[in-house]
Amino acid sequence: MTTTQESSVAVEMITVVIDGFEVSVPKGTLVIRAAEKLGIQIPRFCDHPLLDPVGACRQCLVDVEINGRAFPKPQASCTIPVEPNMIVKTQLTSPVADKAQKGVMELLLGNHPLDCPVCDKGGECPLQNQAMSNGRADARLDGYKRTFEKPINISSSVLLDRERCVLCARCTRFSAQIASDPFITLNERGALQQVGIYENDPFKSYFSGNTVQICPVGALTGASYRFRARPFDLVSTPSACEHCASGCDMRTDVRRGKTLRRLAGDDPSVNEEWNCDKGRWAFKYVTSVDRLTQPLVRNSQGELVAASWPEALAAAAAGLKGKRAAVLTGGRVTTEDAYGYSKFARVALGTNDIDYRARVTSDEERDFLTTHVVGSSTTYRDIDAADHVALVAFEPEEESPIVFLRLNKNFKKRGLKVSAVATKGSIAMDKLKAEFIKVAPGAEASAVASLPLTAKSVILVGERASESAGLFSAVVALASKTGAKIAYIPRRAGERGALEAGALGTVLPGGRPVSDASARVDIAAAWGVDSLPAQPGRTASQIIEALASDQLDAVVVGGVDAHDLPHGREAIAALKNSFVVSLEIAPSSVTAVADVVLPVAAVTEKSGSFLNWEGRPRAFDSAVADSHNRSDVRILSMLADALGEPIALGTVTASAREFNQLGSWDGARTSFTPAAQGSTPSISANEAILTSWRRLLDMGTLQRGEDNLAGTRRPTVAVISSQRAASIGAQTGDQVRVSNAHGSITIPVLVEDIHEDAVWIPRNSFASQALVALDAVHGDVVTVVKA
Amino acid sequence: MSKLTPVLSAHWDQPDSFTIEAYTRNGGYTASKKALAMDPDAVIQLVKDSGLRGRGGAGFPTGMKWGFIPQGDNKDHYLVVNADESEPGTCKDMPLLMANPHVLVEGCIIACHAIRAKHAFIYIRGEVTHVARRVNAAIADAYKAGHLGNGIDLTLHIGAGAYICGEETALLDSLEGFRGQPRLRPPFPAIAGLYARPTVVNNVESISAVPAIINKGAEWYQSMGTEKSKGATLYSLSGHVNNPGQFEAPLGITLREILELAGGIRHGHKLKFWTPGGSSTPLFTDAHLDIPLDYEGVSAAGSMLGTKALQIFDETTCVVRAVLRWTEFYKHESCGKCTPCREGTWWLVQILRDLENGTGTEADLEKLLDLCDNIMGRSFCALGDGATSPITSSIKYFRDEYIAHVTNGACPFDPVKSTLFAGAVN
Repeated sequence: MTTTQESSVAVEMITVVIDGFEVSVPKGTLVIRAAEKLGIQIPRFCDHPLLDPVGACRQCLVDVEINGRAFPKPQASCTIPVEPNMIVKTQLTSPVADKAQKGVMELLLGNHPLDCPVCDKGGECPLQNQAMSNGRADARLDGYKRTFEKPINISSSVLLDRERCVLCARCTRFSAQIASDPFITLNERGALQQVGIYENDPFKSYFSGNTVQICPVGALTGASYRFRARPFDLVSTPSACEHCASGCDMRTDVRRGKTLRRLAGDDPSVNEEWNCDKGRWAFKYVTSVDRLTQPLVRNSQGELVAASWPEALAAAAAGLKGKRAAVLTGGRVTTEDAYGYSKFARVALGTNDIDYRARVTSDEERDFLTTHVVGSSTTYRDIDAADHVALVAFEPEEESPIVFLRLNKNFKKRGLKVSAVATKGSIAMDKLKAEFIKVAPGAEASAVASLPLTAKSVILVGERASESAGLFSAVVALASKTGAKIAYIPRRAGERGALEAGALGTVLPGGRPVSDASARVDIAAAWGVDSLPAQPGRTASQIIEALASDQLDAVVVGGVDAHDLPHGREAIAALKNSFVVSLEIAPSSVTAVADVVLPVAAVTEKSGSFLNWEGRPRAFDSAVADSHNRSDVRILSMLADALGEPIALGTVTASAREFNQLGSWDGARTSFTPAAQGSTPSISANEAILTSWRRLLDMGTLQRGEDNLAGTRRPTVAVISSQRAASIGAQTGDQVRVSNAHGSITIPVLVEDIHEDAVWIPRNSFASQALVALDAVHGDVVTVVKA
Repeated sequence: MSKLTPVLSAHWDQPDSFTIEAYTRNGGYTASKKALAMDPDAVIQLVKDSGLRGRGGAGFPTGMKWGFIPQGDNKDHYLVVNADESEPGTCKDMPLLMANPHVLVEGCIIACHAIRAKHAFIYIRGEVTHVARRVNAAIADAYKAGHLGNGIDLTLHIGAGAYICGEETALLDSLEGFRGQPRLRPPFPAIAGLYARPTVVNNVESISAVPAIINKGAEWYQSMGTEKSKGATLYSLSGHVNNPGQFEAPLGITLREILELAGGIRHGHKLKFWTPGGSSTPLFTDAHLDIPLDYEGVSAAGSMLGTKALQIFDETTCVVRAVLRWTEFYKHESCGKCTPCREGTWWLVQILRDLENGTGTEADLEKLLDLCDNIMGRSFCALGDGATSPITSSIKYFRDEYIAHVTNGACPFDPVKSTLFAGAVN
C-alpha cells in the first residue's frame, strides 16, 4: 500500500461512482480497472492490462453518464478512462448493460465450437467461465457455424484452432506491442477473420508462448502441452525460472509427478506477466530418459557402476580425504547449493579454490565481480528511470530476454535511448532502434570510454566482457566518470547467487573479501571452525591447469559441462588425470571421466532460490512432490560428514537460513585494479577476428528433447560484412568455412551489419559450436573462405 | 424543373465537362485563386457561415471540422477526401468525379489552404477504375496548369474494395498501408489522424461544394435549403423509377417532388418502400413521401438523410428478399473487428434466409429483432448499426409480409416481376 500513497502525491486522483460505490483511482485509469478495485468484475476478452486497449470484443459494455448526461448507448469499459462526475452502471445494476453483455456473449458462442471436452483450455477458460457468469442459459443460434481446418501450426511450438478464436487480438497486440515481433496478424474479414502468419514465414518469436497464455480461449495452444492434461488434474507450484538471470516468476504445473507445462508468473517488478519460450517450454530435460537416478562409482576395471549412497559417499570421501582438492560449480546451481559448495570448499576441503564460472573468464572479471557486483543493487526500475542505457558485450534478446522486454517497453512508451557497443548488429538492436557503436572484436574498451552517459544512465554489461581485455575496466571508468549505474547481467540463473554465496576464490559469503582477516574471522566464527584458508583461491582456468600439472589432486564438480570451458579437451584430460566427484542430473562430459557420480535434483524437484541479475531472490518450492532426488547441498553435507568435516547443511532450508543470517559484509571492500586494454590482432586477406555469442535457443543441455521449441531457433549462420562477402565472393545463403588450427565450421553465410574485420558465428548452435570446434569464441583470428 | 439547383452538376451536360479546359471555361479555378489570397481562418469562417454540412452521411458542419485542426502546432496537417463510395444505393460521388473531377481538385486546394495542409489524399474505392483514371488525369492536368505543386500536393490512393474503408478511421488505416479497420477514438482524426497528424476527412461532395461557396458567398449558399440544413445537394435516385439518376436540389425537397422530376414510379406500379440515405438508413414507405429530405426532417421521421441515396422499390418487391440481400452485403463487408457486427451479421443472414425461404417461424422474427437490439449501438463503428436498420424498419412497416412468408411456407412474390426485364419474360 505504500506505493499507492506515494503515487497519490504525484498523480491526480479521480472519484467515480460504480454501481453506487465510490472509488478513487489515478487519472487515466480505465473504467474496467476502476471497477476491479471495487471487486466488480466486468466480463472481458480483448482487454489486457499490459496491452493497449482495442475495444474489439465488446463484452465489457456498461452504462455511463458524465455530469448527469448519459451516453445514448453502452460503452466499452476497457476503452474509457474515468472522468470526474462519472457514474457507471455495470451488468449488476443496469439491465441495459446486462442485456448487452449477454447479447455479445451469445454472439461469441454462436460460432464457437462445442469442443470444450477436448480443449486444453477447458476448465480454465475465460470464455467458458464468463459464459457461465454473464451468458444466457440457452442457445438460440442454431444455424451452421463457421468451420476451419484445425489445428494449423503457426510455428513448431504454437498451434492455432481458428474456429475457437474470438478475435480479441491479444496475441497480435502482444506480438506487435510487447515483443516487437509482428509475425502474426489478423487476416481476412468478417466472421472469416483469422489470425495468420505471413506466407511461408512462421511465428518465430522468442516470446510466442505468451500468446498461448493470454489467449482467452483455446485458439492458441502449445504443441508440447496440447491434449496432455486437464487443468483440474494439475498441481500448480509457484516457481522461478532456471534458464537465465532475468529472474522470471513462474508457475510449474505437474501431473502425477511429471511437469507438463510452465507458465509465466505475475511479478510487476521483474517479468510483469511475460516470459520467454525457453523458460516456458524447456523442461523435458528433467524427465529425460538418461537422468541419473543412483550413485555411480568407478570400479577397478575403470567402469562406472551403480552403487549405494553409503558406498558412493565413502568412495568420494576416500578420494578427497587429505588431498589437495578444489571445487567447480556451474552457474546453474541455486544460491543454497552454491552456499553449500562455498562452505564445503572452505570447511571440508580447506581451500579457497572454488569458481562458479564455467565459461570463458578473466581475472579482470573476478576483480570486477568482487568489487562492483557483489552486493550491488541496480534493478529493472533503474532501466525504467534511465535516460540512456548502454549495452556492453550484451545482446539482451539472446542473453536475458526479459531485460530486452523491459528495454523495449521503455523504448516504446517513452523513447528510451539505447546504445550498443558491439561487433555485430542484432534483431534486438533494430527493434530498440539502438545506436550501434560498431567495433572490432577486442576493441570494445575504447568505444565504451566515450559513451555520453549521465548519472541517470545505466550500463548493462554482459559476462562476455571478460573476453575483451580491459572492457570491465573501461566500464568502471565510465561509471565513475559519469555516475551511471552498472548492472552486470550474466547468462546463467545461478551466477549472481553463487557470487553472493562466495563460490569464488576471492570472496566469502556476503561479499566478504578472502583477503580481509576480520572477514575470515567473521565467517569462521559463524561456521564454528578455527580458521579459514587465507590464500585467495584459484580461478576455474587455474584449477584446470593445476589439475593437469598435478598441483591439485582432486576436484568436486557440480553442474559443469567441460565443453563450456575454454580448451575443453585439455580440461577433460585434466579431469581424467584427477580424482573427480561429480554432482549431476544427467550424464555429461564430466561424469564420463568422474570417479564418483552423485545424482542430484533438478530445479522442479527441489526447493531453493536464485538471485537474478538484480540480486533479487527468486525462491521456489519443489514442484514435483515425490522426487527421490536431493539438492546438491544435502549431498555435500553428507559428503562432508563422511570426510569428518561436517558443514551441517542437511536441508535447503538450513542452508538458506544460515546464509541469510550471515548478512552482507559491511567492512572495507577491496578495490578494483584496472586491467590494460588488449589489442586487436592484425589480419590478412582471408582472415577475420572471431566474435560469437549464444543464441537463446540453441544446443544448450537444458533444451534437450524439446523438438518443438527447437523449431523456432534462429538459423545457424556465419555473419560477415558486405566488403568481406565481396572479397571472398560469397552471398547470403552460400556456405562458408570458418576455421583455425583446431578445426572448422561450415555453415551458410549471412551478409549483415558487422565490423568488417569480424566474423560472427553462434556459439553453441547446431553445426556451430565455437568452443568445441574452434576452441575460440571472441577476439581470435580465424580464416573465412567460401566453402 | 425549377426545383433543381444545379451547381456541382451545372455543366455535366457538356460533353467535355471533365476536362480542365471545360472547367476553366465554366469559371473553374477562380475560387482557389480567391481563397489562396484570403487568410486561412477567413476561409474556415466563410465555410462555417455557409452552413455547409458533411455530405458523407453524418452531416457534421464542415467549417467546424476544419476549425478543430490545431493551428501553429508545427505539425504536418493532412486533408483526406473520402471517395470510397460503397453504400448500396449511393451513386453521387462517382458520377460527380466522372463529370467534374476538377471541382474536387479545386476544393482540395482551398481546404488545404484553410487547414494549413500541404498534402491532400483522395481515397477512392478500388472497383471504379474508370473514375480513378479520370481523377488521376485531372490531378495531372492541375499540376501542369500550376494549380497543384505550388505548396499543395494531391495524391490519389486507390483502395482495395472494402466497404469498411469508407469509415474515416478505417480509411486512414488503409491509407497508411494497414488493413482497414476502424480505430479507437479518441484520439480523433483532427488531433491524430493520418500518420498521427491532425487530419480532416471530408466527403467528395462536401469538398466539391466549397469552390462555389467561395465564389458566390455564404449568403448565397444559405439561401438554399432549410433552417438547419443549408445549401443544395445531390440526391441519387435509383430503382423502380422511370428516370433514375442524380438530382441536385436544395436540402428539404421531398421524395414526391423528386419523383416528379424523375418521371415517377415505373408505369403501372406504386411505391412500396424506399431508403432515404442508402441501405443503412431505416426504410420509409409511401407514408413518407412528403418528409422534407434534410438532416432534421428525415431524422424526425425515424431515419437518416445519410448519403441521400433514394432507392425506390415498388409493390412487386419482396421486402424480406431486399433486406436479405442488404444483410448479405453487410455480412460480406463486416471487417471482423468487433463481435456484434462480425458474428451478428453471420446469424442475421441465416435467420433471414430461413424466413425468405419460408422455413422460418414467427419466433424467428422476435429472435431477429432481439439480435438487432444486441448489435445496434453495441458494435465498434456504425457499420453494425447500419446492418440492423433495414431489418428493424422493415419489420416495423411490413411485419405482415414476413408472417406471410412463414404461413405460406414460401415467398409470396415472383421475383421476376420486380426486375426491369419483367415484361420481356413470360
